[in-house]
Amino acid sequence: MESITVTFKLNGKTTAVAIEPLESLRTVLREHLHLHATKAGCGQGGCGSCTVLVNGEPVLSCLMLAALADGQEITTLEGIGTPQHMHPLQAAFFDRFAAQCGYCSPGMIMAAKALLDKNPHPNRAEIAEALAGNLCRCTGYVTILDAIEDVVTQMQEA
Amino acid sequence: MAKHYGRGIAAVNYPTGMNLGGDPTQALIFCQPTGGFSVKLASTDLGQGLKTVIAQIAAEALGVPFDSVIVDTGDTDSAPHCMGTFASRATHRVGNAVIMAANEARKALLDVAAEEMEAAPEDLVLENGEIYVKGAPERKTNVFNVALAAHFKYGKTISGRGIYLKQKSSLDPETGACDPDSTEAHATTVAEVEVDDETGEIKVLRLASAYEVGRQINPEMVKGQIVSGAVMGMSHALMETVFPYYPALDHHTYSFGEYIIPTALDIPEIESVVLEYPSSNGPYGVKGVGEMTANSPIPAIVNAIYDAVGVWVTDLPVTPEKVLRALEEKSLETH
Repeated sequence: MESITVTFKLNGKTTAVAIEPLESLRTVLREHLHLHATKAGCGQGGCGSCTVLVNGEPVLSCLMLAALADGQEITTLEGIGTPQHMHPLQAAFFDRFAAQCGYCSPGMIMAAKALLDKNPHPNRAEIAEALAGNLCRCTGYVTILDAIEDVVTQMQEA
Repeated sequence: MAKHYGRGIAAVNYPTGMNLGGDPTQALIFCQPTGGFSVKLASTDLGQGLKTVIAQIAAEALGVPFDSVIVDTGDTDSAPHCMGTFASRATHRVGNAVIMAANEARKALLDVAAEEMEAAPEDLVLENGEIYVKGAPERKTNVFNVALAAHFKYGKTISGRGIYLKQKSSLDPETGACDPDSTEAHATTVAEVEVDDETGEIKVLRLASAYEVGRQINPEMVKGQIVSGAVMGMSHALMETVFPYYPALDHHTYSFGEYIIPTALDIPEIESVVLEYPSSNGPYGVKGVGEMTANSPIPAIVNAIYDAVGVWVTDLPVTPEKVLRALEEKSLETH
């Protein structure tokens, strides 16, 4: 199949990339653009580890054709913080020991960001609901929910 | 038709390590000219925090700050042999090997420091990276200066080798007795459940546990193991199976659509208490905490289901279908 070029805004920067028409957004992010924070988990939309934001909405990038990202605004974990300047969610995950193997963390943080961008004051049940599509095998979720609640509290105090 | 409340309890002893043919782990430590120490291991951190606790143990045994220790878990091309991360053995085995290596490296460091400071090595105190002469704290230097001198002035290495071996223990031919582990940790869990006798659904309301773990090197990470183990135990008890009708292979689960594990919506109230009775042979009294945290919740939940609706379902996972079939059988028996 002939390659096509898609152009989207990736973490605030206009990006054009040549892809195979049937490649997923996840494959393009990881293998063409070398952004490896977005994880490759089940590849079936079942685990949430590939969650990115498309126009602010959480999307499973393994199920989205990269061609459909043309003209859209994509945000990955790399776009929200760096080791020197962590996003408050990243800092809270760090402080609360909210990762063990860490494979689910990028998807968890992106799903949490999508929630907080819409609803800055969710309760614990609303946070759990927003993360219900993101599986974690290691933590038992408790520290993850604690971390996100910390950020909600910080935002209320700010 | 109603929801029934039930409470169950279970306790486990959990072995630290194994010894089929002997169970060794090695470690190497060396000091760079920066005064930083590298710990080389072929052991694996699965996410439970091995690298962090080993850096804590190495820093404590060397007498240097935590930040000056780098733990590199490679493989047997880059580090000496380890049996692996299993049997809740890693902190115990690797920690002991690292203490042995740290002691040798510390001695090499203090030998150079003694030469540099014109003092006897046994008169030197090494604490948090600072070195001074006992009783004369104004005569001092630090690990960085000594590391530089060792490299560029004396041509000496500051390094250490360590190994911990749990000896092979053969079965006594008469009694079958052997010494299968190094120490044992202990756990007790109380589970509270709600069982719906119409749908067979089980909701775990609360898991309260007490864990005896020897000594905690990193209490926050111990808590992480306990909370996650409680959820994984609940998952084994109620949800997870590859072949739901084994030995029949029908309805084989292929994806997370059918192979159900808990989500953030399934978490019960979790409470835990940690008790510390240090072991005689673990590094600073450590026992293994990893695996047992997923064990005690399972029988506690099964017992709570019996308490709630009076049926024993001992074939895991306890699915709603199995509960309903057991309830039906029970009602046929009583009528």
